[in-house]
Amino acid sequence: MSEKLVQVEHLRQYFPGGGFGKNKKYIQAVDDVSFTIDRGETLGLVGESGCGKTTTGRTLLRLYEPTGGRFLYNDEVIFDVEKKQYADMLPFRKKMQIVFQDPYASLDPRMTIGDIIGEAIDVHKMASSKKERYDIIIEMLSHVGLNSEHANRYPHEFSGGQRQRVGIARALAVRPEFIVCDEPISALDVSIQAQVINMFEDLQAEMGLTYLFIAHDLSAVKHISNRIGVMYLGRMVELADSYELITRPLHPYTKSLISAIPVADPKKAKESQRIVLGGDVPSPLNPPSGCRFRTRCPYADERCAAETPEWKELEKGHFAACHHIDKCN
Amino acid sequence: MSDYLVDIKNERLSFFTPAGEVKALNDVSIHLKQGEVLGIVGESGSGKSVTAYSLMGLTAHPGKLLGGSLYFNGHQIEQLSEKEMRKIRGNEVSIIFQDPMTSLNPVYTIGNQIMEAILLHTNKTRAQAKERAKELLELVGINEPEKRLKQHPHELSGGMRQRVMIAIALACEPKLLIADEPTTALDVTIQAQILELMVELKNKLGMAIIMITHDLGVVASMCERIAVMYAGRIVEYGTAEDIFYHPKHQYTKGLIRSIPRLDTKDHERLVPIEGTPVDMLNPPKGCPFAPRCEECMKICLRQMPPVTNFGEVHYTQCWLNQKEEFETSSHEKGAADE
Repeated sequence: MSEKLVQVEHLRQYFPGGGFGKNKKYIQAVDDVSFTIDRGETLGLVGESGCGKTTTGRTLLRLYEPTGGRFLYNDEVIFDVEKKQYADMLPFRKKMQIVFQDPYASLDPRMTIGDIIGEAIDVHKMASSKKERYDIIIEMLSHVGLNSEHANRYPHEFSGGQRQRVGIARALAVRPEFIVCDEPISALDVSIQAQVINMFEDLQAEMGLTYLFIAHDLSAVKHISNRIGVMYLGRMVELADSYELITRPLHPYTKSLISAIPVADPKKAKESQRIVLGGDVPSPLNPPSGCRFRTRCPYADERCAAETPEWKELEKGHFAACHHIDKCN
Repeated sequence: MSDYLVDIKNERLSFFTPAGEVKALNDVSIHLKQGEVLGIVGESGSGKSVTAYSLMGLTAHPGKLLGGSLYFNGHQIEQLSEKEMRKIRGNEVSIIFQDPMTSLNPVYTIGNQIMEAILLHTNKTRAQAKERAKELLELVGINEPEKRLKQHPHELSGGMRQRVMIAIALACEPKLLIADEPTTALDVTIQAQILELMVELKNKLGMAIIMITHDLGVVASMCERIAVMYAGRIVEYGTAEDIFYHPKHQYTKGLIRSIPRLDTKDHERLVPIEGTPVDMLNPPKGCPFAPRCEECMKICLRQMPPVTNFGEVHYTQCWLNQKEEFETSSHEKGAADE
């Protein structure tokens, strides 16, 4: 058994974005992203909308067919685009699961909660009898703080927080090892978010789960993750231990991202200096040459336009891709 | 006359849905002076938007104002006809909606939509209105305004569209700007831009702002006064310092506690507010927060708590504070004297 459960190397995901023949354009949703996740660890993935964090999660589960790169799960090849190796996914679906963002859209309104959870059990033939199937469903519901009477109800009878619990129970039903949590809390009310975060932590401790936790809310990600990766326009710009990343960010984008978070403390909010970035995120159809952040970066020069910055380990476990790390620190 | 710009007293508003009466607002009172920023925080369904919309006469069917008085800038809103209301809306008070993607009309150009407000409320000619529209776009930090005026909403990014919304809202230099979750749909770095812009414009133009949000971080950085709403009531009201450093209501305390902190090294477990938000069709009899409150007492389940005042602005509606007041009133006075 390997320490590293998930190994992603040079992952690339392009989507066709219009045009024909020679003029065919591609949306470069994810470009050259590499990371590893240890067994039992939580890796947070943050970035603004359109930065490719969701696409990364979905491509790993082969919900999209990858355009490039390699993904090893527990040292087994899930896909290796260069060598044209693709694993049969069904057995791996039992090990890798996903919790979706919107609990209002991700549950079939015409199925009962029991059937939603039971479907996963049926697909993987995990239960030999109806009784056993029912028992698993009840067990899963109790894991997420719901009870047996909820099994016969329909999604519309539940609040957002409860629906998200159902979504989590559904993912847990096949007893996975690795769960991609795709913005699982952003659709929930503030007072409910803390409940769900705590539940994710409890389940991890109980079942030894490994998470890829995708969210745009940096404070929530910092809370739950051991390490955090920051993405910008399809590329990973920085990756480090979560406390290290928040307190000593090296990349100028991470710096501005952290300073932009509104602090829930009036005195600190007045003191803190926001680094407000000008402009908007460029289109992934036509990303800037070289460093993709250069159009908004205060330190950018000609070199940033000419060369793509190298993804380097600057300190132990602290990766970043920027030409001007020295200048901006 | 009132020395306040906005003075809402004991507003009660219900929605008469097929499933029954939803009491969206119960005895809500808000007042605001010229140039102040008030933040209204609460969960979805707590009545924060309904309060602000009713001030603009925008209560949607089947909503009905049942009582209370809404005073704004010399008008008694609840007595105005739709025609009179239309003169005020977009002129003296205007609103920025949450979702800039859907609140602009996709078939008209940006210029057209900004000029509409100007032509409606002032005697300016089209040419003058266009000049003004250009000025406004510059004011909200959009470059090449000449070109932007001719563009349609789909050609702009989310942050840009929200800037256009702000430009439309400011077209007639309103006395009051209502911002309904203006940054919820935006990314953090864009959110920082928009918040900065709003503070800058407020200082330049001197309007009052009502900021509706569920993000405590946003109110902490922007608002002088904060109203915390739960189940159609203001459960606590005070200055930003009161709310963040001396919260009195259990719900406010819970909200502040449940936010993950950025600056801690050791992993602390979050303290959530247990339970689920109230079902507004069948609200509990006493304090609406009682079923989720850790310190719930017998009386909380039976009777709505009265208002307890702390100082001039700060007040809360919670039985615990009543108890405290009886027991420690002499002590608190002593502390205040020091």
